[in-house]
Amino acid sequence: MAAVKLLGAWLSPYNCRVICALKLKGIAYEYMEEDLLNKSPLLLQYNPVHKKIPVLVHGGRSICESAVILRYIDETWPENPLLPADPYERAVALFWIKFADDTTSSIAMMYLTTVEEQEKATKECSDMLETIEEHGLIEGKKFFRGDEINMVDIAFCSVAHWVGVIEEVTGLKAFEPHKFPKLNSWILNFKSVPVIKESLPDTETMLDFFKGRREMVLASKSS
Amino acid sequence: MEEANKVRLHGTWRSPYAKRVELALKLKGIAFEYVEEDLNNKSPSLIQFNPVYKKVPVLVHNGNPIAESLCIIEYIDETWKIGPRLLPQDPYRRAKVRFWASFIHQQLYETMLTVMKTAGEAQEKAINQLLEKLQVLEEGMQEFYPDEVPSITAQNMGILEILICCLLGPYKLQEQVLGIQIINPETTPRIFSWLTAINQVPLVKDSAPAEEKTLALLKFVRDIALKSSSA
Repeated sequence: MAAVKLLGAWLSPYNCRVICALKLKGIAYEYMEEDLLNKSPLLLQYNPVHKKIPVLVHGGRSICESAVILRYIDETWPENPLLPADPYERAVALFWIKFADDTTSSIAMMYLTTVEEQEKATKECSDMLETIEEHGLIEGKKFFRGDEINMVDIAFCSVAHWVGVIEEVTGLKAFEPHKFPKLNSWILNFKSVPVIKESLPDTETMLDFFKGRREMVLASKSS
Repeated sequence: MEEANKVRLHGTWRSPYAKRVELALKLKGIAFEYVEEDLNNKSPSLIQFNPVYKKVPVLVHNGNPIAESLCIIEYIDETWKIGPRLLPQDPYRRAKVRFWASFIHQQLYETMLTVMKTAGEAQEKAINQLLEKLQVLEEGMQEFYPDEVPSITAQNMGILEILICCLLGPYKLQEQVLGIQIINPETTPRIFSWLTAINQVPLVKDSAPAEEKTLALLKFVRDIALKSSSA
């Protein structure tokens, strides 16, 4: 069995997606934490185009972009499939994974913006959550469009775990449990899966880190 | 209306995203009904089928709607296992193709849009970015075409050919309207050969709107950009 390595950063939800998938499939891997302010030669070699994490290395060959990595993992280790077998349901799942890719950056934007732009960022995040609530989640299903945890759930890990932390650090509010009841249930279901609990970074550590960096972020915006 | 096995594409001739799906269907030889949408007056069907974005393209198969051109193309490839395979079979090669599909879709398309819609300094910056990204693609092509660019036919066109064709197929007209060189055979020889080969495929030629129509659209977009930048 060729060796599997993951180059990542503990704070990144994109990295977390890959960890969730690897653990759900029971794939053994070596993890290498990257210092994003001082990227390793290995990272630059394996992802010369974007120089970003996560990067999966399998048998010495690199795969970049978390959504691409998730598909690769699912296709290379087909047991415990993370996508529906039916092509139409699969196309719908891929639509939501793409939606996650295109819109979840609004969560980070709440943290990275100063007062003037924060309102806009918070609104974008809230609109995204509303769309998921209205069009993505099906009443009565434990997870995204199904009763088994799948790739769409993983793709939205930042919604489940990073929104709360960013809200606490910034004092902004995008998610209201009573406004988004299906999303609220989904978050609880997602975070109760033992493998997911293991894969998510520790909340207290995240809070410390984000709070600590907040001054620096705000200072860099006002200079 | 009998929906079983019916394929319908909601698109507009102006949208390169809709064009991607149209090409994919034609390459596979799939019969389909085409609905030309007026984006200023969207059909109730479009809004019902794509409530999240309300955009084209939307493919409707057996009454089931699918949105997002990249998702649609993968669906087409899996559902109709006839004609060219739009993505390779091997998972690692698929990953490489998906990576470059994402690069062309996110990086090149967005930057090209900025080049078309801005003027002055903003446009200059976008043009530089576009040329830089084309260099990245030029080098990246060595991953999926390590030797020469193969001769492209309707039997071997894949998703990357579809994406680059719908963006830069009409590059000569784009260069004419913008007054800049985008595809330089000396600095990007692979992309140049690739586009030349793709543009010669009869199916691609037949699917392209008349040159005057494309030219008129490009000029229209430029005029709006120039007017709004000087306002």
